[in-house]
Amino acid sequence: MNALGITGGVIQAVVITGGAPLLTGVMRQVRAKLEGRKGPGVGQPWRDLRKQFRKEAVAPEGTSEIFRVAPLALVATTVVTAVVVPFVTSASAVEPMADLFAVVALLAMGTATLALAAIDTGTAFGGMGASREVTILALVEPTLLVSIFALSVPAGSTNLAAIVAATLNDPGRVLSPASMLAAIALTVVTVAETGRIPVDNPATHLELTMVHEAMILEYAGPDLALIELASSMRLCVFLGLLASLFAPWGIAASPTPLALAIGTAAFAAKVVAGGAVLAAAEVFMAKIRLFRVPELLAGSFLLAVAAVASSYFLAGAS
Amino acid sequence: MSTSALGLGLAGTIALLTTLAVLVIPFRLRPTISGAGTALVGTAGLAAGAAALAGQSFTLPLPSLLPLSGLSFAVDPLSGVFIAVTGAVAVAAGIYAIGYTSHSGTSRAAAAVLPLFVASLLAVPAAASVATLLACWELMALTSLLLVLTEHKQRPEVAEAGLWYAVMTHLGLVCLLGGLMIFTAHAGGDSFAALAAAAPELSPALKGAVFVLALAGFGSKAGMVPLHAWLPRAHPEAPSHVSALMSAAMVNLGIYGIIRVGFGLLGGGSTWWWLLVIGLGAASAVYGILQAAMSTDLKRLLGYSTTENMGLILVGVGAAGLFASAHHPELAELALAAALLHVANHAGFKTLLFLAAGSVLHATGTRDLDSLGGLRSAMPATTLAFGWGGLAASALPPGTAFVSEWLLVQALIHGLHGATTATAVTLPLAVSAVALTAGLAVATFVKAFGTGFLAKPRTADAAAARESPATMLAGMGLAGAACAALALVPGALLPAIGRAVAAAGWPGPVIRYGTNGLVTIRLAGLAGEVSPLLLTLGLVIVMVATAAWLRALPARRAQGARRRARLWDCGGGPLTARMEYTATSFAEPLQRVFDDVVAPETRLDVTHLDEARYLVAAIEYRAQVPDRIERRLYQPILSAVAAWGSAARWLAPGSVHRYLGYGFYTVTAVLIILTVTR
Repeated sequence: MNALGITGGVIQAVVITGGAPLLTGVMRQVRAKLEGRKGPGVGQPWRDLRKQFRKEAVAPEGTSEIFRVAPLALVATTVVTAVVVPFVTSASAVEPMADLFAVVALLAMGTATLALAAIDTGTAFGGMGASREVTILALVEPTLLVSIFALSVPAGSTNLAAIVAATLNDPGRVLSPASMLAAIALTVVTVAETGRIPVDNPATHLELTMVHEAMILEYAGPDLALIELASSMRLCVFLGLLASLFAPWGIAASPTPLALAIGTAAFAAKVVAGGAVLAAAEVFMAKIRLFRVPELLAGSFLLAVAAVASSYFLAGAS
Repeated sequence: MSTSALGLGLAGTIALLTTLAVLVIPFRLRPTISGAGTALVGTAGLAAGAAALAGQSFTLPLPSLLPLSGLSFAVDPLSGVFIAVTGAVAVAAGIYAIGYTSHSGTSRAAAAVLPLFVASLLAVPAAASVATLLACWELMALTSLLLVLTEHKQRPEVAEAGLWYAVMTHLGLVCLLGGLMIFTAHAGGDSFAALAAAAPELSPALKGAVFVLALAGFGSKAGMVPLHAWLPRAHPEAPSHVSALMSAAMVNLGIYGIIRVGFGLLGGGSTWWWLLVIGLGAASAVYGILQAAMSTDLKRLLGYSTTENMGLILVGVGAAGLFASAHHPELAELALAAALLHVANHAGFKTLLFLAAGSVLHATGTRDLDSLGGLRSAMPATTLAFGWGGLAASALPPGTAFVSEWLLVQALIHGLHGATTATAVTLPLAVSAVALTAGLAVATFVKAFGTGFLAKPRTADAAAARESPATMLAGMGLAGAACAALALVPGALLPAIGRAVAAAGWPGPVIRYGTNGLVTIRLAGLAGEVSPLLLTLGLVIVMVATAAWLRALPARRAQGARRRARLWDCGGGPLTARMEYTATSFAEPLQRVFDDVVAPETRLDVTHLDEARYLVAAIEYRAQVPDRIERRLYQPILSAVAAWGSAARWLAPGSVHRYLGYGFYTVTAVLIILTVTR
């Protein structure tokens, strides 16, 4: 825990909370432009959130405390992740929490809580969404952990700050086969975990295809706003994670205002660029059937295993 | 006399006294005396284990207690871990049993045997010779068998489960007996000290045979695939406090045996032993959790989850052996410490989960998740207990399993440096098995908790549930508090685990703690640290802050109570419980994904009307997920044995003349053979 890390943590919390809805706005705008629409503008998600936060909180019949606590838990897991992962500065605000496993488990914790809340409503939609979401979660986990394995082998640690520092010291490492394979695997994981096309369609409300939207169907008002905010923050965190792991350049290494400003700007630029690429790719893709998703995830798992194998065999050769 | 010896002696004495007391006292007092006695035995065992972990070891030969070989006991920190865990589980289970058995009723035999079972569980890790180990092992098997059979009059399945358990536990005993007898015969002495001294001189083939036999014997007790078939049958059919003791304490002793024989007596050994252990462990973990994810019987689900967790522990033990044989003692220590910590963690949450499941069974009379639901309003304490246990079991922070699985994965990941090719292939696969297990565990416990306790009640029994009596809640409360302590300050237990690891064969603790005391686990020599307490604190702070901010929002119209709203029913009228997702439907996507592994069986019967075969009168659809290993491996063996038996039947038609003839021809044949060979 040092000044750099703590400053970074505060900046990250503010930037991600404030900027995540804008990221969603940018992605929607990119999509709209590519589809030949005008689009509502980048600020629309924030306007939606403001409207939702002003509404009255309701309690659907037959739901319990789990239903009411889940949005808070989702926000909490996301905010804690946003604070501890080194996005803007190369040090973490709370070093013992910046372990990649801990971060992954925290994000999974948020998903699991939301799934429980969905079951708690007792509707078929809630159960369906929860069932699909935890199925995807269970299948994503192996890819995620094996990719982490591949990335932590050269750094000798699963601590994110250590991995980032190792990459900064030896930039050529990003182009190693292990790192590239892990990057592809983690991109697929990001798409699956944040509910983007082709795994889930965030814009759908069709019963047969909903995953995330089916889980949150009963939420309204401030609760819904919290979930929407947390979902866009999760997307931001995942994109930021990819940026920190595979392109950590520009990250602030000292607590001077200039370095911090550059770090923040670089982080924002990388995340927005990642989001724009994701949105542009979505235009050319259709959502795949739920039972084809495992094939996609199995493919990414094989890439992750290949990443570990190459990190061992190629490192052994050198 | 050391505290550990005193504690164990006291535990044995209390157990015998309680058993005698239960045999004579009237029916009404039986549950209280039996349960309280068991809890006292557990307390004494916990004290003994804690003293052993603190470094108080002792040796106690009792040559005259058993004819020919005598008994001898010794306790070191490694046995201390298992004694302490067993004792702690017994305290919670004993207190819980008071309320549980006074309502559901119990036989005199079951009430009398319960403390003896706990005493035998405490005695196994304290055994210091092969004869003592086998005697205590068999006592444990017999007492637990009696306890499994408690409810055989109420349900016919119990007898079948008991038969499976009796046969498999004795086949396990045969393996153990074979392996350890070979070892003893070559070592020239049956005390553990003599065996450990003789082990370096034995040939590798002999040591390998001993290890494989011991692995089969101990592994079958730990529910290792493919010797797990008894576990998901026997654990659910036993009364719930016995399930907790079996699943949280008894299975651990299989792990203890493998560690003791593999490291302590045989002194490490070849790489292939440990690759075998890792392979079986990974298979158990993945297969166990997959079956648990498909299961709709709450206690069967927990039984399969035990197989899963024992698999994870075996991966840790196997990794420790692998690293030790590759001369990486610091990684070996870390892996073994992770395995031992997971033993303690698993005991904590599995006790809690089985006790909560027993509470559900007690209140609703069913274990079927498809007919439960909505228990959270009628049984808030039980719901909280199961939720906390489920969180602990699913490797999410702030659960207990998160810490030990983190340690395990750290050991596996750091093992890749300077690894041999076999290790380099094994470790990523082991990590992916652990990861898949962690993901499926989340799915399993979201399913169990969500469909069992949340949403609307699916049957009248579930709707009429009432909260359990105070003693049962107290038992669950103790287990829940233990889980919380293990999850938040694992650093408190790690020094003791380090001493146990040292007792298993390596010096010095590898896990150190940060400057802030118990809060941060830091690995010495390896870069890695995690702080479950800080994580939890961070989550709680953000949650409270967000809730406070929401409350302070100026534009909220209704402060205080929320307005109630109808659920979205697509305009189709009120939703009923029959429209809910059930446990079966919840697991359906996973079942389809793992279709090739679990091989679900479905049957569709269509009955046509008599008048016209184009009109359908009724459609019956049945789906079940059988245990595939049982189907494919055990059924052929069982039917082969049965066929052999009936084929041999014509040899014994009941005619005395024929039997005399057999005798005559046999004697003649023996005489001829002797004459020819002389």
